[in-house]
Amino acid sequence: MSLAATKASFNRWWLPGCIALVVLMLMTGLPLIALVLSANDVSPLSILENAYFRRVIAFSFYQALLSALLSVGLAIPLALALSREQFFVGRQLLINLFSLSLVIPTLVAIFGIVAVFGRKGWINNATESLGIEPFSIYGLGGILLAHVFFNMPLAARVLLQALDNIPNEQWRLSTQLRMRSWAQLRFIEWPAMRSQLLGVFMLIFTLCFTSFTIVMTLGGGPRATTIEVAIYQALRFDFDLNAAVSLALVQLIFCSALLLISAFFKHDAPLGFAYKATEHLIRPASGYRWLNALLIIIAALFVLLPLLGLVISAINPSSIDVLTHSNTVRAIINTIVIALTASFLSVAMGIGLLISSRHIRIRFGKHKLGQWIQHAGNIILVMPPVVLGTGLFLLLRNVADVFSIALLLTIIINSLMALPFVLRILDGPLMQAGTHHDRLIQSLGITGWARWRLLDWPLVRKPLGFALGVSATLAAGDLSAIALFGSERALTLPLLLFQRVGTYRLYEAATTAGILLIVCLCLFLLLQALTSGTFLRNANAKA
Amino acid sequence: MLKLNKLQVRLGTNEFNYTLQADANRVSAILGKSGSGKSTLLNVIAGFLNAESGELCWNDQSLLNLAANQRPITTLFQQHNLFSHLTVAQNVGLGIHPNLKLDENDHQNIRQVLSEVGMEGYDNKSAANLSGGEQQRTALARCLMRKQPILLLDEPFSALDESTRHEMIVLTKNVITKHRLCVILVTHNEDDADRLDAVKYQLSAGQLKLQTS
Repeated sequence: MSLAATKASFNRWWLPGCIALVVLMLMTGLPLIALVLSANDVSPLSILENAYFRRVIAFSFYQALLSALLSVGLAIPLALALSREQFFVGRQLLINLFSLSLVIPTLVAIFGIVAVFGRKGWINNATESLGIEPFSIYGLGGILLAHVFFNMPLAARVLLQALDNIPNEQWRLSTQLRMRSWAQLRFIEWPAMRSQLLGVFMLIFTLCFTSFTIVMTLGGGPRATTIEVAIYQALRFDFDLNAAVSLALVQLIFCSALLLISAFFKHDAPLGFAYKATEHLIRPASGYRWLNALLIIIAALFVLLPLLGLVISAINPSSIDVLTHSNTVRAIINTIVIALTASFLSVAMGIGLLISSRHIRIRFGKHKLGQWIQHAGNIILVMPPVVLGTGLFLLLRNVADVFSIALLLTIIINSLMALPFVLRILDGPLMQAGTHHDRLIQSLGITGWARWRLLDWPLVRKPLGFALGVSATLAAGDLSAIALFGSERALTLPLLLFQRVGTYRLYEAATTAGILLIVCLCLFLLLQALTSGTFLRNANAKA
Repeated sequence: MLKLNKLQVRLGTNEFNYTLQADANRVSAILGKSGSGKSTLLNVIAGFLNAESGELCWNDQSLLNLAANQRPITTLFQQHNLFSHLTVAQNVGLGIHPNLKLDENDHQNIRQVLSEVGMEGYDNKSAANLSGGEQQRTALARCLMRKQPILLLDEPFSALDESTRHEMIVLTKNVITKHRLCVILVTHNEDDADRLDAVKYQLSAGQLKLQTS
């Protein structure tokens, strides 16, 4: 039942959402206007006449399509194998590892991938001794490999969740009907997975379409460049503002279209780390047991080897020098500052939007309207980081030296990148803290700060810590924003890592990657600890 | 006296028109099938729902322009009366001050009202660990704490087992007499109404009808 609100008392429910929306407008609306206004001078469609840009656009779609097909295609047998082997040793741990891509910076993972699959990597060393042509990690092959590394586990988890949700009765039935594994696949497993397939395909397609770091490190050149990277190159290397603006507008249009299409397909992408096996699942092991085991082991190696490769290469003779290098120290400090500021900004905006949107949804019963307000926080999906960066560049170039405020711009972009995650993590808990008790809260007149302190904070504290952790690691590991605005004056660990890889100082790069990983993990754990009950209880006990 | 005069509410395609006079120190029971508009009646009296037209008065003063928390009303719901992450005392304390800024005097009052509903010594227990009956007792304690003359009972006994239900009804009856409350009880169980010596109304087709038996 929707309960209409009566006359407003002194309840400023709209305030947090309004502040968040105004901040969002300032950070995205103004750059967008700057972009569109400067499009008057350039005709965005003219880039379609340029063969290079045509190829860039075609490649963006092509690699995203292949990446999504491969990721989902490989995830299907893996999810089946994991579902069919409920008692495989280390199964739970492996599935939890699948979520690591949420906190491991892309650049760090790429480094691990290169250590395993690169020209001088373990795989090529092994195959070369057998006389097989080495596989090149650079170009389309490498981009696909990295995209699959990040997205196949994601897809597998979504599909596995769908399989786990199959009710026990269906398994009992299948046993009584003496179904073999093919019949189970056809009548039980496939129908369960099918509902998720298109949604997860679209999600991965969109992620890969706007992929920046992977394409920038493993791709490049006219044959392997996406729109996102081409904008960066036009802005930073060719100083061709017209091309950058045109490409940014084209990207804006494509992203809006993709988001619109995605809205029609649902998927249940998980957000937490902890995978919980369904209790009392009576699912019988089925299929070819050795094939299941083989698939699971290959997937485990695929995820674990790059991490191992990174750890091994990170510790080397140059480690001490790198650690004490003044650039490294400055980059560490900058990275931590950016990560903490961006994550707090992001979570603050997220909570602001959600508190007001919750009021509109529960108290006014206007569910759709509330959701739209919340969707404003997903603006980065329409306006990817490099496009937003281009807009900020246009907006500010006549007012300030954009490179001297690089850290500020990076914080803005990073906080917006994290916002969709923050909203998805906190939406459920905040709604739950309000739904059942709404009339009681109304009749007791609990509003504003008191409501947050007494009723919301105790319930959302944990997810809030998780949201802070995820957004901080995302900001700490991001290359896209700092690549646009960074310089020797404004170094971060990802930028330093990128420079050291680019100049083939691989030992130094490996150690830098290790440091970045440690910084991310520390930030994540620190933010979790800050919001955990035990820490607060201890603090209260001392006070 | 609580007076409803042709109080009209529209919910989707359903239309309700309530007329009722409820005296203090008396229970008026509203009986009816589910979907007949019993909860809607309580929602509009409590101010969770706006009326389209008609009158709603307490002692000849209109309540329609007051927000839910400004009306002289307190409600005991069927469930979700307590915040499970707070203690029993905090849950009751919310009835004194929505900020939970309580002094020693307030705590004294909380202890007293808790003993009145048979919950002495439960102050610092977490609401999450209470049984169904204990939860309703605590919620009743908060209703008393708020010292409002009108008490709305929204199926408050339906989720309880038979013996707890009986104890709770006896307790509620004592409390009503002691504090001279004006009570509107919504229930689908006529037995509850009888045990509280209620004036009974049937709600059907959006209208209230006095039941004479």
